[in-house]
Amino acid sequence: MAGIFQRISLIFRAKTDKALDKLEDPRETLDYSYQRQLELLQKVRRGVADVATSRKRVELQANGLNTQVDKLTQQAQKALEVGREDLAREALTRRSGVQQQLTDLQTQHAQLQAEEEKLTRASQRLQAKVDAFRTRKETIKATYSAAEAQTRINEAFSGISEEMGDVGLAIQRAEDKTQQMQARAGAIDELLASGALDDPTGTAKDDITRELEQLASTSDVEDELARMKAQLGAGPAGSPQAIEGGGQAPVAQPVQNQTYAPPPPAPSQQPPSQGDLR
Amino acid sequence: MIVRILGEGQWRIEGSGQNELSALDDAVEAAVAADDQEQLAQALQQLHDKVRAVGTEVADDELADSDLILPETDASLDEVRALLNDSDEGLIPS
Repeated sequence: MAGIFQRISLIFRAKTDKALDKLEDPRETLDYSYQRQLELLQKVRRGVADVATSRKRVELQANGLNTQVDKLTQQAQKALEVGREDLAREALTRRSGVQQQLTDLQTQHAQLQAEEEKLTRASQRLQAKVDAFRTRKETIKATYSAAEAQTRINEAFSGISEEMGDVGLAIQRAEDKTQQMQARAGAIDELLASGALDDPTGTAKDDITRELEQLASTSDVEDELARMKAQLGAGPAGSPQAIEGGGQAPVAQPVQNQTYAPPPPAPSQQPPSQGDLR
Repeated sequence: MIVRILGEGQWRIEGSGQNELSALDDAVEAAVAADDQEQLAQALQQLHDKVRAVGTEVADDELADSDLILPETDASLDEVRALLNDSDEGLIPS
């Protein structure tokens, strides 16, 4: 029964035993193996830390891309408000590109998280098995002579070398995955840095922002001009009132003096109204 | 019988549960022979589900060799072949 997996299990055992098949005194093998187990525990813990670092990096990048999405949405909104559909379309096109990247990152994040949990569990399992092995090892060393020990030692190795092989493979897989992701993360960092995605701090301005700001300042100028024109329009109609009604005049007068020289009022009327104010 | 799922631990399976696994094993063998990645992933997933359903998890501090070792569900054909390749080096990183 179960041909392929039995084969895998036999080969697996042979491979993992290879590393331990080196020493003369079987009791030394126990100590040697125990050392290897402790080293492997260190390695798997480092593996967990490495995966966690990768995961955090992906989280930071995803935050950066999220900021981009919000910003491009706002840009599209602003562009539409000033009637620039072309700019709005450009912003939305870019947003869909960024969103694609974001989706990829989310997938990577889920994978890294799963990997981290797996390795954490593997490290707990290995720790428990290493502890169990140490107990067996001490018992064997205390109880048996070198000649008697061999069978017991073979028994002691059952399970632990297989676990070591499994953890060894898990570390290898985790390393491969984080390396792949680091390469892709590097590409996103470059995009973020080059301004193609703009940087999340918002210090560098992209072309849409520049254009919108230009539009905004142009429209500020237009607004100001319109306002001034309106005042101008109101000026000639208003000045007679100012001349007539002494109480209203001071409010309108300073502006009129700056932007438009009203026809000089009759000198006889002006001084009293200014005097009233001060 | 003890079954190990690589990267996930060991399960102990008694009695009739063992027979249920054999049929699924054939599916994996066929997938590897046919070079069919999708079929492999499917067959492995079914196997894992079955092992979890009929087996009980082996305690962390129990030391026992497995009778069967199953690759991860996302194992590629190459990875499965590598597991079957006995000329390979040891599995424990040095």
